[in-house]
Amino acid sequence: MGLKTPMYEQHVTAGARIVDFGGWDMPVHYGSQIEEHHKVRQDAGMFDVSHMTVIDIKGSESQAFLTRLLANDICKLTLSGKALYSAMLNEKGGVLDDLIVYDNNGDYLMVVNCGTREKDLAWISQQAEAFDCSVTERPELAIIAVQGPNAMAAVDKVVGNETRSVIKSLKIFQGGYSSTWFIARTGYTGEKGLEIILPAEEARQFWEDLANNGVRPIGLGARDTLRLEAGMNLYGNDMDESVSPLESNMGSTVVLEDHEFIGKSALLKKLDKGTREQLVGLVMTERGILRAHYPVFCNGQQVGEITSGAFSPTLRHSIALARISVATGELTVGIRKKQFAVQRVTPPFVRNGKQVYKTL
Amino acid sequence: MAEFPENVRYAKTHEWARLEDDGTVTIGISDHAQDALGDVVFVELPEEGDVLGAGDEAGVVESVKAASDIYAPIAGRVAAINNELEDSPEAVNDSPFGEGWFYKLTPENSDDMNSLLSAGDYQKICEEESH
Repeated sequence: MGLKTPMYEQHVTAGARIVDFGGWDMPVHYGSQIEEHHKVRQDAGMFDVSHMTVIDIKGSESQAFLTRLLANDICKLTLSGKALYSAMLNEKGGVLDDLIVYDNNGDYLMVVNCGTREKDLAWISQQAEAFDCSVTERPELAIIAVQGPNAMAAVDKVVGNETRSVIKSLKIFQGGYSSTWFIARTGYTGEKGLEIILPAEEARQFWEDLANNGVRPIGLGARDTLRLEAGMNLYGNDMDESVSPLESNMGSTVVLEDHEFIGKSALLKKLDKGTREQLVGLVMTERGILRAHYPVFCNGQQVGEITSGAFSPTLRHSIALARISVATGELTVGIRKKQFAVQRVTPPFVRNGKQVYKTL
Repeated sequence: MAEFPENVRYAKTHEWARLEDDGTVTIGISDHAQDALGDVVFVELPEEGDVLGAGDEAGVVESVKAASDIYAPIAGRVAAINNELEDSPEAVNDSPFGEGWFYKLTPENSDDMNSLLSAGDYQKICEEESH
């Protein structure tokens, strides 16, 4: 018996297979995760991600606080409602979480992972003590993501005029308020779409309105294959406190110049020594599936392991992310006592519904 | 609710076997098994002519969730394999007792079918597993 989002009953009615996810009873699929994946790439699908953690950061020193807290530079947010994707590090440069933070007219709205809720809130609150700002969790808010080429049109049909014009005004990676709803052009699928943070008591009706207008509910299974195709990391799989953003394909989200932040000195030491590991994309065209923890070999030696792997419904073969020591040469993956050749690629694997990777 | 048709016999390892009029035995995986596996993506089948003992590994089912070994429910020689599964692995999910069949055996001894479980006994095992 886990925590339930406002849409739990609707998931059950829709035939969801419910599983435990970080203490929450969540839908992993509603019949076929492959069909749900295709639906998002070809049409529109909606995700209940209300299990994630929404946090208000408010006060005169919010920006100074987030400047120190985050590895990316919050000062980049000069446009109202603009979003920033960042890692949050500990003193050793290890990744505590990855998150999105939106400008909220001088204050900030932050969304962090579900599994890291307690850890993140404790850390963020502790670090905020030295600054004039408040850290407030918003557990009364739900989050619905609508993604796919037809997502924006679908949302447009069910919302009121004010919300419609707010959405119309948004640039990519920007959010804005319509009354108590925060709507952003962000997502975790690589498709166009919106993520909407709204009061829990309004979420059920919104979900139903979307369903009545042809938007299909999508489970966590498809969510994972969509984000992997889009080359996006999953905290806990692709990175955790034992690795830095430099070994997690997140180097471009770290701003070192003129930016003092928790974990910076540890990262500088790593750069001095030279990073010895990297997170790479792998593609296997042979029949079979790459899965997390499978070993990766180069010239007969194990050089690392897969962190996330899956069958890509769009490409019809398996793709993966793997952390390997910097190595040149042909790579193979060990699957049940046999070795299979894999191609090393730079993520993302899919964009606009088509293969986009090049061989390194 | 999973289906447990009574015109086939079942192995504890979730394969089903059906004795055909021509004496061959058609083999696949149960509705309970395909539901637990999720979307099937690849199926590795034995080769025609392979000789299998009861309980021998006969192939692999790869689903979005996991890879699962499949076992020969009774001894025999592989007489045919379902080539359709290469292009349409989802047949295992959509029609586990019909178009999702895996292979056919010429059984060593068709009486071996009696050592397999009835639908009722197999269903009991599945229900116990879920608790």
